[in-house]
Amino acid sequence: MIMEMFVKKHIKAIQKGDQNAYAEIVELYKDKVYRLCYRMLGNRHEAEDAAQEAFIRAYVNIHTYNPAMKFSSWLYRIATNLSIDKLRKKKPDMYLDEEVSGTDGLTLYSQLPSNDASPEETVESLELQETVQRAIEKLPEKYRSVIVLKYMNDLSLQEISEILDLPIGTVKTRIHRGREALRKHLGHL
Amino acid sequence: MKCPDQIIEWMHDYLDGDIAPDDEKRLREHLQHCSACSQHFNSLKKTVAFIQYASPLAPPADFTANVMAKLPKEKQRVRAGRWLKNHPVLTAASLFAALTVGSLFTTWNKEQQFSVSTRENVIIHDHTVIVPKGETVDGDIVVRNGSIKIEGKVNGDVTVIHGEKYLASAGQVTGDVEEINEMFDWIWYNIKNAVKAMLE
Ligand SMILES: [Zn+2]
Repeated sequence: MIMEMFVKKHIKAIQKGDQNAYAEIVELYKDKVYRLCYRMLGNRHEAEDAAQEAFIRAYVNIHTYNPAMKFSSWLYRIATNLSIDKLRKKKPDMYLDEEVSGTDGLTLYSQLPSNDASPEETVESLELQETVQRAIEKLPEKYRSVIVLKYMNDLSLQEISEILDLPIGTVKTRIHRGREALRKHLGHL
Repeated sequence: MKCPDQIIEWMHDYLDGDIAPDDEKRLREHLQHCSACSQHFNSLKKTVAFIQYASPLAPPADFTANVMAKLPKEKQRVRAGRWLKNHPVLTAASLFAALTVGSLFTTWNKEQQFSVSTRENVIIHDHTVIVPKGETVDGDIVVRNGSIKIEGKVNGDVTVIHGEKYLASAGQVTGDVEEINEMFDWIWYNIKNAVKAMLE
């Protein structure tokens, strides 16, 4: 609640032309926006570019921001769309029509060595971090965005539906399919 | 025997934290008796744990400064227009100012020397005024023909004429910050000051 008031006050100042007020908004959201871009793009350099661009776009279009929506949702929407644009430019035909199909797993991943440590312990290792990120990158973008928003950015189904402008039912279905696809890459580790 | 698709849907509803108590009960019962589904469920839970525990990443330390440096500068006319709209009474003053533009132009070109309006709590280095971290300047600062770098705090307005301002992310200015590098700005700056003086 206090946070909402802080943001509202700053947005008003920015809309009146106070650039310095924007610095505080960037400080507040930079970690989350960066994380979102990183998980979508899988590369620090591109993530930084995308996150910067998202903040610049939000600033330039601040007059179109409708306060009926949470400011963070609006910002994440810009960052998600930008990341998807960049993905499309990067790999024009790889994800677009790829669907998560039935039960056949990807053999590449089934070759990874398995171990018996708990998820918390195993995740400590950099290799696993890499594996998780690569598995996310294997997801078609429509599943990737919901999974990243839900698990990396810790957002509710309601917020995700607002950010992506999709019905909750669709968000759920995509999360379910995304989880199934990830399971094939990570479930046996 | 193939298990109904419903079982897998319930698993996902469960993971969404959005499952009806009856369905949850049925799911549990099924998992107790079906090792294939139980294995499927465990691998889903493991997957979620992996992606949830993926360590958070932070952007580079200069991220905010980089964004701020790339923001488009406000157009002079937009700024002046907004200022005029907010101060309708003073529009008349601009007429008066227009008459004095000639003399302002002369001063704009004449004043080439570095100067700063305060020496208190600041460091001056090569035509750059630095408000160091932890220091607070009370009152307005005007820098001419030089730049200002604010790492500490300024309780007042900051105006830079013929120079640039750098605001560290921790730096703070309670009043307005203005950079004056064009004739147009310079005229507005003088009008505002003249009007302020008139009103005070
Ligand atoms: Zn079963």
